[in-house]
Amino acid sequence: MNPDDLLYAKSHEWARISGQEALVGITDFAQQQLGDITFVELPAAGDSVTEGQEMGSIESVKAASELISPVSGTVLVVNTDLENAPEKINRDPYGAGWLVRVQLSAQPQNLLSHLQYDEIVEGSETV
Amino acid sequence: MKTIFANSVPGRPGVGPGKPTKDLTGLIPMELARAEPPGLPEVGELDVVRHLSRLSRLNFGVDSHFYPLGSCTMKYNPKFMEQVAALPGFCRLHPLIPQLRGAGHFAQGALEVIYETERLLGEITGMAGFTLHPMAGSHGELTGAMIIAAYHKDKGRTRTKVIVPDSAHGTNPASAAIAGFDVISLESKDGIIDPQALENALDEDVAAVMMTCPNTLGLFERNLPRIVELVRSVDALLYYDGANLNAIMGKMRVGDAGFDVVHLNLHKTFGTPHGGGGPGSGPVGVCTRLVDFLPVSRVVKLEDGQFFLDYDYPKSIGYVAPFYGNFGVYLKAYAYILRLGRNGLIRVSENAVLAANYLRKRLEDALDIPCNRICMHEFVASAVRQAAQGVRALDIAKALLDQGHHAPTVYFPLIIKEALMIEPTETENLTTLDQFVDDLIEILERGASNPASIQAAPLNTPVSRLDETKAARNLELTDL
Amino acid sequence: MPYIPHTPAEQERMLQTIGVPDINALFAEIPQELRPKRFDLPDGQDEHQVLHRLEHLAAKNNIHLVSFLGAGFYDHAIPSAVDYLTSRGEFATAYTPYQPEASQGSLQAIFEYQTAISRLLEMDFANASVYDGGTALYEAMMMAVRQTKRRKVVVDECVNPIYRRMLDCYTSNLHLDMVVVPHARGTSNMAALQAAVDGRTAALIVQNPNFFGVLEDFASLFDHGRAQGALNIISTYPLMQAILKTPGAMGADIATAEGQSLGLPLCFGGPYLGVMTCTKALIRQMPGRIVGRTTDNQGRDGFVLTLQAREQHIRRQKATSNICSNQALCAMRAIAFLCLMGPQGLADAALRCAEMAHAAARRMVKLPGVSLLNQRPFANEFAVTLPKPAYQVIHRLTQRGFLPGFPLGRYYPGLENVLLIACTEKHRREEIGILVEMLGGAL
Repeated sequence: MNPDDLLYAKSHEWARISGQEALVGITDFAQQQLGDITFVELPAAGDSVTEGQEMGSIESVKAASELISPVSGTVLVVNTDLENAPEKINRDPYGAGWLVRVQLSAQPQNLLSHLQYDEIVEGSETV
Repeated sequence: MKTIFANSVPGRPGVGPGKPTKDLTGLIPMELARAEPPGLPEVGELDVVRHLSRLSRLNFGVDSHFYPLGSCTMKYNPKFMEQVAALPGFCRLHPLIPQLRGAGHFAQGALEVIYETERLLGEITGMAGFTLHPMAGSHGELTGAMIIAAYHKDKGRTRTKVIVPDSAHGTNPASAAIAGFDVISLESKDGIIDPQALENALDEDVAAVMMTCPNTLGLFERNLPRIVELVRSVDALLYYDGANLNAIMGKMRVGDAGFDVVHLNLHKTFGTPHGGGGPGSGPVGVCTRLVDFLPVSRVVKLEDGQFFLDYDYPKSIGYVAPFYGNFGVYLKAYAYILRLGRNGLIRVSENAVLAANYLRKRLEDALDIPCNRICMHEFVASAVRQAAQGVRALDIAKALLDQGHHAPTVYFPLIIKEALMIEPTETENLTTLDQFVDDLIEILERGASNPASIQAAPLNTPVSRLDETKAARNLELTDL
Repeated sequence: MPYIPHTPAEQERMLQTIGVPDINALFAEIPQELRPKRFDLPDGQDEHQVLHRLEHLAAKNNIHLVSFLGAGFYDHAIPSAVDYLTSRGEFATAYTPYQPEASQGSLQAIFEYQTAISRLLEMDFANASVYDGGTALYEAMMMAVRQTKRRKVVVDECVNPIYRRMLDCYTSNLHLDMVVVPHARGTSNMAALQAAVDGRTAALIVQNPNFFGVLEDFASLFDHGRAQGALNIISTYPLMQAILKTPGAMGADIATAEGQSLGLPLCFGGPYLGVMTCTKALIRQMPGRIVGRTTDNQGRDGFVLTLQAREQHIRRQKATSNICSNQALCAMRAIAFLCLMGPQGLADAALRCAEMAHAAARRMVKLPGVSLLNQRPFANEFAVTLPKPAYQVIHRLTQRGFLPGFPLGRYYPGLENVLLIACTEKHRREEIGILVEMLGGAL
């Protein structure tokens, strides 16, 4: 199941909030739905991102989707490893497959707890 | 197979022209000249002929294999059309000739082909005007979307949205978006458009509704009269994606039915070869009130019977193609229409629908068919039952290749899970259709008892399943 | 009925299986009110009748003029093997290679095409082609707009005027800021182009050889473009590229071309071949089909369509382009042509075109009142100023079986007296002599 120390967006991103910073990634469910990920387009360090707004895109062999930022703030660091090894997202979505670290400008408004997110995922799987 | 570059031997002569008498330095300053010769293969004519002949044998084509690829209308391509397109009077004609003042009489035959083809397509579809400029179906969609935008702009209003059903070809929303519209997706009900949902989505911001009829599930949109009424009520335009025209020739004319803009795929309905992905031809037809917006140039017939190119249409959207579209392609379609004539085209649609329903009926026990009623020229089956046992639509497609059939379209339309979209066309005989059914049923039975044997397919093809993830992650797009 | 194989008995069997009494029952869902009001087409004809009709129409076109008409579209020699190979049904009657195991022939040929084209233009990558040189240029421009997220585009007036009209058409609803920099007597105004390309510019669009036949070196202009963060786009003439400084050497980000000169007949405007190449950094912005090499599950090399996630069938309205097809069979012609010619044959052809044009120009300027539009280097095409309107001269010479070129006044007001003359390797020296003589007589 999804880690209990993270907050989740309905669009299948997660955020690990510590103080005024957040680490952001996509969920295990999202990586499974996409299949083998081949490319991630991320914002650059210094870019500002807004909760609920597109911040990049992610591609697999057969699918493409927008990355929605789960938080608002300024990008501090980007996971540049993903440029040459996007498969890290498939292998370790909550660890080595993280996407960006963000300096928060506001606390997120619409994120879910792991239990709430689990419910969403279960709902999707039975469709 | 090794690439042609791997067969290159330095200095081996090709089939170039005779030697020039001058060298480069006398003609072009060195700073404008190429530094190194291009790294093209150095091979002889026989090497090239043998290489490409061997490559050709690695391909499935309609000439060699049954090709029930849904939505693509892979019918037989009559060979006399190739002879027509190779006539030197057509293929050696420079496109700028009729644009030279006083030289239009040198291209009268070609202009007549354009004029006649536009009129024949107009009669087949019931549209007031046609342009042959668009060079493929999706190019026709873009042209149509730009005409729609120009129409509303001319009326002095801003219309920002285009409604596209969720069953539509991916090109529909892509074309509308590239023409500058926001795309609103409309959820289907029982496989067709739900008039109530359409009514809810329609407002004064909607420029057009794009429809395919029969739709990509092979179903006729039986609420069409109501849809026309709804679209008219907000003065939006109704667009017809002609990808599936092969189902309805002589049975319904889209213009009579109330459509305002249509594009056709001549490489589908009118038998011109697909060429491994192109060239195609995607003419666009419009109703009377949209004729002024068609691209330029247009071919006009004068009172003395001469044809000329007219550019004087101030409301025209302009140039979508450098000249008059893919002349060499619609020339073949023109010959096809003349060959089949009125009754022939009606029989084409009747037999395309007959063959599709025959396959549907014969396969309805073996596969799930989500909307199992009389279909038009194609139908969509679903392998959900098989997938639960580990045999997915993709596996079935690959196993069919092993049996010498091209696969149906898989995973489209997106609204059907494990979709297998089957379009046999009118040109396949019953023996072939029966063989396909027998082979497909055999595959499904084998899959039920031994899923691994189907998951391993194909084994009889030149290569087995390819690693698409590797291809996308380690891009190797040229021979190094 | 031709091409419909069913016997009446077979049709009956099929209807019985379906469970309907007749074929009309299959169309019962089409309401009466939607049935055709008319369907007034001619009766079908036998093959020989249709052929006769088309031969009659073909004969109404005059292809026997000795022609010096080019203007972006050229009558080069095409080895017979090109027609022979591309008419093979395995290539001609296949669909887009979505099932790679059944399409290795098309896929490998396109991979070889991508390789040959990127080497010819000295660019990193090529796609599998788009419709024509004009749509290639439009797609290149949109790549730049997406990549830079800017909306200003600077276009040299020396770019083929037909392509510029296509850009205008496609961008009419896109709210781009299109800036056209006027030509200077048929040459690129480098200073003005440089001034126009600024920090808001998405793309700089130029052409070499330009529409007037002039050879340009855009290397330093491209340096400026790069410094401004704009993408440098150049439209080229691929056959002539065998001897001309390449887009790669000039520092282009995207190079496009009309590929017609690579083994495609003029065919009254199409089908042609839209060549698109780019640098590595831009490959994900590239529209259309792209073939990549990979391995199968037994470790054998094979080819697939790759980077499909950019495309319309997956991304729908968010795709990089709405393009669904490529001109695969035309690309097949180009790879067959390039292999048959080889590097030496291609360079010989290009050089012969150029030497014919230079011989013609040398003799023409000796005619009274005739001069070159400018003194800049050219390859196989050049513009001459005549003492009277070019169309009058064209009219006069066509009556005697010669088509001397293209009247530039059609697209460039003020250049009514200027004639654009193209030579190819198919011209003979005697024909050049007669052209000059006739021109002299028509002035």
